[in-house]
Amino acid sequence: MPKDSGIGAASKRREDVRFLTGAGNYTDDINIYGQAYVYFLRSDVAHGKINSIDTSAAAEMPGVVRIFTGADFEGVGGLPCGWQVTDRHGQPMQEPAHPVLAQGKVRHVGDPIAAVVADSLQEARDAAEAIELDIEELPAVVNMKAALQEGAPKVHDDLTSNLCYDWGFVEDNKAAVDEAIKNAAHVTTLELVNNRLVANPMEPRVAVGDYSRANDESTLYTTSQNPHVIRLLMGAFVLGIPEHKLRVVAPDVGGGFGTKIFHYAEEAFCTFAAKKCNRPVKWTASRSEAFMSDAHGRDHVTKIELALDADNNFTAIRTETYANMGAYLSTFAPSVPTWLHGTLMAGNYRTPLIYVNVKAVFTNTVPVDAYRGAGRPEATYQLERVVDKAARELGVDPIALRRQNFISEFPYATPVAVEYDTGNYFATMDKLEEVADLAGFEARRKASEASGKLRGLGVNCYIEACGIAPSNLVGQLGARAGLYDAATVRVNATGTISVMVGAHSHGQGHETAFPQVVADMLGIDESMIEIVHGDSSKIPFGMGTYGSRSLAVCGSAMVKATEKIIKKAKKIASHLLEASEADIEVKDGKFTVAGTDKSVAWGDVTLAAYVPHNYPLEDIEPGLEETAFYDPSNFTYPSGAYCCEVELDPDTGKVTIERFAAADDFGNVVNPMIVEGQVHGGIAQGIGQALLENCVYDDEGQLLSASYMDYAMPRADDVPFYVVDHSCQTPCTHNPLGVKGCGEAGAIGSPPAVVNAVIDAIQSGGKNVLHIDMPLSPQRVWAAMQD
Amino acid sequence: MYAFDFEQPKTIAEAVAALADDEAQPLSGGQTLIPTLKQRLAMPSKLVSLTAIPEMKGVCMNGNTLCIGGATPHAVVAAEASAYPALAALASNIGDPAVRNRGTIGGSIANNDPAACYPSAALASGATIVTNSREIAADDYFQGLFQTALEEGEIVTEVRFPVPQAANYQKFVQPASRFALVGVFVAKYADGVRVAVTGASNDGVFRWTEAEAALSANFSPSALDGLSVSADGMIGDLHGTPEYRAHLIGVMTKRAVAAAS
Repeated sequence: MPKDSGIGAASKRREDVRFLTGAGNYTDDINIYGQAYVYFLRSDVAHGKINSIDTSAAAEMPGVVRIFTGADFEGVGGLPCGWQVTDRHGQPMQEPAHPVLAQGKVRHVGDPIAAVVADSLQEARDAAEAIELDIEELPAVVNMKAALQEGAPKVHDDLTSNLCYDWGFVEDNKAAVDEAIKNAAHVTTLELVNNRLVANPMEPRVAVGDYSRANDESTLYTTSQNPHVIRLLMGAFVLGIPEHKLRVVAPDVGGGFGTKIFHYAEEAFCTFAAKKCNRPVKWTASRSEAFMSDAHGRDHVTKIELALDADNNFTAIRTETYANMGAYLSTFAPSVPTWLHGTLMAGNYRTPLIYVNVKAVFTNTVPVDAYRGAGRPEATYQLERVVDKAARELGVDPIALRRQNFISEFPYATPVAVEYDTGNYFATMDKLEEVADLAGFEARRKASEASGKLRGLGVNCYIEACGIAPSNLVGQLGARAGLYDAATVRVNATGTISVMVGAHSHGQGHETAFPQVVADMLGIDESMIEIVHGDSSKIPFGMGTYGSRSLAVCGSAMVKATEKIIKKAKKIASHLLEASEADIEVKDGKFTVAGTDKSVAWGDVTLAAYVPHNYPLEDIEPGLEETAFYDPSNFTYPSGAYCCEVELDPDTGKVTIERFAAADDFGNVVNPMIVEGQVHGGIAQGIGQALLENCVYDDEGQLLSASYMDYAMPRADDVPFYVVDHSCQTPCTHNPLGVKGCGEAGAIGSPPAVVNAVIDAIQSGGKNVLHIDMPLSPQRVWAAMQD
Repeated sequence: MYAFDFEQPKTIAEAVAALADDEAQPLSGGQTLIPTLKQRLAMPSKLVSLTAIPEMKGVCMNGNTLCIGGATPHAVVAAEASAYPALAALASNIGDPAVRNRGTIGGSIANNDPAACYPSAALASGATIVTNSREIAADDYFQGLFQTALEEGEIVTEVRFPVPQAANYQKFVQPASRFALVGVFVAKYADGVRVAVTGASNDGVFRWTEAEAALSANFSPSALDGLSVSADGMIGDLHGTPEYRAHLIGVMTKRAVAAAS
């Protein structure tokens, strides 16, 4: 029987009422009396030397409050990078300056050069057109391999080259991996591109800076996934504002997908300018600005080799990846192709030897950073494509080849540093075969062929590392932050509860799911519990939401804090019931003396805590509020198996997805409806990457896919009805909820399934096509079939 | 956008008078013009709306000719042009519901976007483009990318489509914009078959005359066997090479004939 409340119940998302009725409070809904508007004048060339900026005429334009250029930010910090990668030779990565407004040079189309603050956006924009710019265009580097050539134009003149780092992992394994590949019975090699994506949250980025002269306090309202991280980075590293004088608020946020993790120039600018102008300053990105200023995702070029012995056991993997950093290092950019990618290269398989080489490269393009999955989709895509290709080359069943090489005993220490605590890859594959109706595929293929179409089936597995992360571990790996989280459970006098959490909900449904956990622990109704998030002045210092971490990390902190509440409440109850504390049980919103009918209601205990007339004041303080910080001891490792079935029109190359099935192991599940929604959204984004989305620059660094006229987002009719299953549950062994995280799985697991299916369809038509790079647009598929 | 004056005349005569100003520009459904203004790529001093002129709206039959007012939105054509099903179907697949409820046939024909749907229907139907001052045959009207026979200040008030014996439009969509990557409109009349292609050519909408000759002799897909369009002069962009577009013209034409016959 499905539960109707608490952990495991499909409680309806309470936040959707305000989102769907227009009552949400997004950053752009915040308007402060006296507010001015900023328009950023952005570079229209990819690379250029700024000879001069003349703002004198523009400054005289109607409504102009003040015009800022890079010169106004001399002496102010640049945007910091939050992760330092050490290269193969023990040297730190090359880390260029990242000014708030361009200084000396512009380095990508969209790089902000000047900012006009005016009474209205219209006036700011008019004045920006009157700024006289003298920019000497320089040759741009766009292609990563070209950027590493001797004599290539340098993105940053003060660096030795465009190479950010050359990372080897595990360096000590390299010789053994080379040897194993040399001696292998079979080696499958695949070169592929993981296409650059633009995150495109429905809500573009917005920032409103405010400054109070009364108490010298700055406030930033911003579209962020992690307000405390922004407060720390912006306060400590950019503007030098101490924490107690800086408040960062991320109210309702309309989708993040990673691109709203990072600290952006516009946030620092609005905070800075509000104080300089003594007026609130607002910026709302247009969609065009979003394309050229939101951090992009993916953009890897990889060669992977998979070695197998004569019995088709995997013996070694070697990869070489070029990872585009763009023109500057975005906040967590260096970690994505390294520690979030290399550590996942074992996948679901017992490959004993793995070596990953990553060259991170600066180019004259928008910075690239984490996007839903961040490194793990890139790892999964390579691995699951090369395994599929190997099966085809060896003439064996791709599912059987996977099963043969599955990890079967846990915990399992991979050769790439991480230890999987639990999982059951056979179970998810069994479940997939059932829910995807693999047995019926041949009949469906025949039906497609009868109508002149080709039909293909693609299967893959995935594993990811979520619940980021143990702070001491990531610290050793170069993170310049801790990655714990925090929650405060504030029980009010009448028994209602406010839970202040460090996690931030921007679509995930925390306001519904988190109360389910607390309600379950106390046996009270979910409606008595409210989640407070997004305001650094209200919530404890938590690290925000990304990497499918909110429930596993912040949810665990909330459990710990609730346990403290229960412990104290039992003390109060034992006093009220005149019983021993050890005999008190919590159930159904009551505290009962075990084995008796003596009880006291939750609300009577909470009232006693705040009206302590009859209260053990000599033993405990009044009040009922507890905070806990939780730092996990390991990542969590969700896993699963996905299946995609496509139909292909051989005359046009058009691919349609007919069926898609997912069997995931997320450990315990708090709200199955929300989990399914997360998987649906993730798969849609994965299908978007596989078939549609592509961020393209020309050789001069002009962004060709700069609007929805050329950047293809998935629409409802591009995706099928999904079959998703999460009944295979191996609970996480090291967090109190046994949860693993589900936010990114769909985006990680789906691209290889789609591509494997398209290749299968083409092969079924008699064409020996082994690979096509994403997106598998009609043109690309058709062209591949002509060769 | 930049600031501009706005007028909304009630008659064609008033609209023509309002457009006499040098910097005035007509505004129909605004599906191209408004985004252009938002990007500050145009700076008209005055916009003259054509959407409140009753005599420019509506769908009616006159003998065997379907007449559509220039300011008629696509959604109305989709709903009311049942006398010409292929045209109604074309209108029902332009853009999304918001576009179809704002965008107009006159606006589309006047803009002559090389990937728009309507120009192919007008050209394949041998339609007559009626303006405030004259009637122009479709063959004379479309003159290349965004180029038409319209003079400055001239308004498309009506488009007249002779209803064919059989017709069909096949659109292969560009994945991002869902404009036509290649669109082919085939119309069969008593005196022959006309085939017009949109989305494909650097010269805008054009007639595929070899296909017309073959289909006039034998209106079946097999009549097109062995015929192909040269990739020379075809559009090449992110979404399709000239070769791919040339290939799709053949595929879409066959499908249109199969669907129509």
